[in-house]
Amino acid sequence: MRGNFSTITKMVSAGMVAAGLLMSVQARAADDTIKVGILHSLSGTMAISETTLKDVMLMLIEQQNAKGGLLGKKLEAVVVDPASNWPLFAEKARELISKDKVAAVFGGWTSVSRKSVLPVFSELNSILFYPVQYEGEESERNVFYTGAAPNQQAIPAVDYLMSEDGGSVKRWVLEGTDYVYPRTTNKILEAYLKAKGVAAEDIMVNYTPFGFSDWQTEVSAIKKFGSAGKKTAVVSTVNGDANVPFYKELGNQGIKAEDIPVMAFSVGEEELAGLDTAPLVGHLAAWNYFESVDTPENKKFIADWQKFIKNDKRTTNDPMEAHYIGFNMWVKAVEKAGTTDPDKVIDAMIGVSVPNLTGGYSTMMPNHHITKPVLIGEIQADGQFETVSQTPGLVMGDEWSDYLPDSKDLISDWRAPLSCGNFNVATGKCGGKGTN
Amino acid sequence: MAKTAKRPGEFLLQSARTQNSNSSGIAERMILLRALGLMLLFLLANLLPANAAEADLRAIIAKFAAAANFSATETVVRELAATGDPLVERPLAALAEGDLYVRKADSLVFVGREGGDSVELLDPLSGEKSGEAAKGDITKIKVNNTLRRVIRDALGTLTLRAKDPAVRIAAAATMFKTPDAANIEPLDAAIAAETDANVKALFEQARAASVLVSDRPEADKLAAISLIGARGDRDALSLLTSVEANSQGAVKDAATAASGNINSTLAFWDAGQNIWYGISLGSVLLLAAIGLAITFGVMGVINMAHGEMVMLGAYTTFVVQEVIRNSFPGLFDWSLVIALPLAFLVAALVGLAIERGVIRFLYGRPLETLLATWGVSLILQQAVRTIFGPTNQEVGNPSWMSGSFDVGQLAITWNRLWILVFSLCVFALLLYVMKRTPWGLQMRAVTANRRMAASMGIKTPWVDALTFALGSGIAGIAGVALSQIDNVSPNLGRGYIIDSFMVVVFGGVGNLWGTLVGAFSLGIVNKFLEPYAGAVLGKIVVLVLIILFIQKRPRGLFALKGRAVEA
Repeated sequence: MRGNFSTITKMVSAGMVAAGLLMSVQARAADDTIKVGILHSLSGTMAISETTLKDVMLMLIEQQNAKGGLLGKKLEAVVVDPASNWPLFAEKARELISKDKVAAVFGGWTSVSRKSVLPVFSELNSILFYPVQYEGEESERNVFYTGAAPNQQAIPAVDYLMSEDGGSVKRWVLEGTDYVYPRTTNKILEAYLKAKGVAAEDIMVNYTPFGFSDWQTEVSAIKKFGSAGKKTAVVSTVNGDANVPFYKELGNQGIKAEDIPVMAFSVGEEELAGLDTAPLVGHLAAWNYFESVDTPENKKFIADWQKFIKNDKRTTNDPMEAHYIGFNMWVKAVEKAGTTDPDKVIDAMIGVSVPNLTGGYSTMMPNHHITKPVLIGEIQADGQFETVSQTPGLVMGDEWSDYLPDSKDLISDWRAPLSCGNFNVATGKCGGKGTN
Repeated sequence: MAKTAKRPGEFLLQSARTQNSNSSGIAERMILLRALGLMLLFLLANLLPANAAEADLRAIIAKFAAAANFSATETVVRELAATGDPLVERPLAALAEGDLYVRKADSLVFVGREGGDSVELLDPLSGEKSGEAAKGDITKIKVNNTLRRVIRDALGTLTLRAKDPAVRIAAAATMFKTPDAANIEPLDAAIAAETDANVKALFEQARAASVLVSDRPEADKLAAISLIGARGDRDALSLLTSVEANSQGAVKDAATAASGNINSTLAFWDAGQNIWYGISLGSVLLLAAIGLAITFGVMGVINMAHGEMVMLGAYTTFVVQEVIRNSFPGLFDWSLVIALPLAFLVAALVGLAIERGVIRFLYGRPLETLLATWGVSLILQQAVRTIFGPTNQEVGNPSWMSGSFDVGQLAITWNRLWILVFSLCVFALLLYVMKRTPWGLQMRAVTANRRMAASMGIKTPWVDALTFALGSGIAGIAGVALSQIDNVSPNLGRGYIIDSFMVVVFGGVGNLWGTLVGAFSLGIVNKFLEPYAGAVLGKIVVLVLIILFIQKRPRGLFALKGRAVEA
């Protein structure tokens, strides 16, 4: 709000004085602080997930200012509310970049919100940090993806279920909410499973609408599919709110994790906070971070967070870690470039390496994705995840899936001289299409 | 045991010494020494086995401390299970629950009971208290699904002779699901000793399952298949399908025939299941729509804030449960009963405020009412978001609403059953209020002809306000029930508003019976379409059907006749 107000003052002064004077007012304003845009929904359906990310950004900015700011200036957060309304995301992004002159924007949750702001960021040449796991098939010059690409979440999760530790699963239910992320992820998984020799009749794909709440038919279909004499697992890309009734129904119909485990990609500590997890012990989730990870960095992060939010019961989750990594990377890149000029920062970002919360370092790769460890966790009775498997090293985000015919020849490298987000290695040309 | 074993020995040694000091001869001494040796041997033979067994068990349990990964832990679990000693049940069950810990200082293994910051340590075999430890001083032995399954199977074999029939039934169920040729012998013994006919039948089925995976002769296997085929549920089908895939000749044919039989019975049960799911979805729709049947149906107010009344009811349940959890944990099973009147009051008061503050100025202007109530719904949502935060709140299921029971091959969950009963009760109560009480009469009079009702001395503004409050209050108690199956978040109401309007319009505006029939028929149609069309397409098909139906009968299933229609 303060950002908006100062903009209005500026506009008024612009009306009264000459245009040249306005320039100097803005220049002086820019001298005092570096503005950081926060583009997360604070109302509407997505507020449940995104409000937390706004708060974590405010905390990170406050901490950076306590350390003396950036390039000798204070950071100033500009918070806007796109209200879970996808076109409004683009409008608010435009407002942040052209009116508030922010140096970078941190925001977005759903893929459709990201897609709606992409043209704005390339037109006005600014920087977006996108903190949520997504379906891949995209690499933009102005966007840095700090969440997981499918190969940093979905593929290792399926690998774990296929392994002996995971129960040597032979039959698969791909259950998802009906929108772009689950559909693309399931397309990749189906191709991957078939490449691993799983027969088509051993894969069941099902979609439900957003906010679906009557899971009886779906859960009994899963039960039925699972009684074919082969070890069965559910891979769930069910989004947000629909998860609670889904898990309640699983618990009530007595589907135990030992018999048919459910591996979820969108269920984190925050989602479990609204659930009695005792009947769900053993169901799984794949992320790059769990609150239960026992490292000094994570302990400090949780303590700082609970102090900042003044609530010692608030949980932390994976997208929060992604913002932590993304923000620290941006700070480092700006220091490296010595300026907040987007072109210079974008170039400086590649190769920047910062500590993550799971005891390692994450590095920004030339494809604007980062390296992360992949953790598989089982739900515990206290609503936390217990890590049962972890990739031995860091996994590099792969934007163009190798398992989809349309994208397997594409690579992305934003360094000169290639500077291309969809270079086709088969034709040797920049410009190829993915699946969406 | 060790101490009592020592004492006779000491006594013997002492007597030997006294004898020795008397020294009445070498021969005597020899005899005595021999006797002493024999006695010791005898003691060892009698007393050590128990000790040795327990010591062995402890030695095996101690290996948990060194197990670095899941497969190492699994080896230890299998070793423990192989001892066949019923004592291992305690550590294994604790491990499956994630309650087995290793003390960092001395690598000893304990069963832990968490309480606040410290963990109470119990001996893994005897279960006796052996101290406390801070959480940082002990490490939990990790388990995963594979391990839990191994433990469950191991416990299955160990608990075949348990005193509690429920435990024996659980054991039979696990052994049926994970057949193993090695299970046949313990099962034979258990069958011979079993007195409960029910449990005995289950044991026999579990034995049959194990026979199928063993290398017993074909005749045995055929008998086993007919026994399992008679069981006729999904677990039996699952087992028979895998037998079908892994065998040849007569066994394969018998398995195919038996699984075919089960499939056709299950198809029959599937239809029953769809009807039950439809009724259950219908009851949820009825609950959500019944308040709207009053505010929209009877009063004609397009109330877009109806969903938020449901949400307020759900949040009231949450607050009640929070208070109970913190102050009166014993009352938790009663939380919903306590929440019902409170939810009614909260939602009714908010409804009353909305009617007095906004809607009464807008009667007869449906478009403005729609926009104003939409605004009110946004205000309520954001208010709740500000007070309680945007995240989901946990509303627990009381014990009588958790789990499920079987009717034939149909699993009926308790929460759905109670919601069905509850929705019918609410409906009956409402019908009674509308048809049999003076207040209901006034309500109907005002709706039928406002001016005439007014001239008869009815205070129409107050009847309006109270009717709206009643509709909102009913939505509030619907929220109590819906908190059991949906998530309690500020968006809760959004999911129900469209469905509620659909039910009321389809059933016929102004008619409670129409709402009842509308809710159940929409629920059943939806659930019959879902398995074939999928949830997304199913919903679209239902919407298209309703649009077509409304074209044909604009006033819904049960059209109200009379002046109310023109009003």
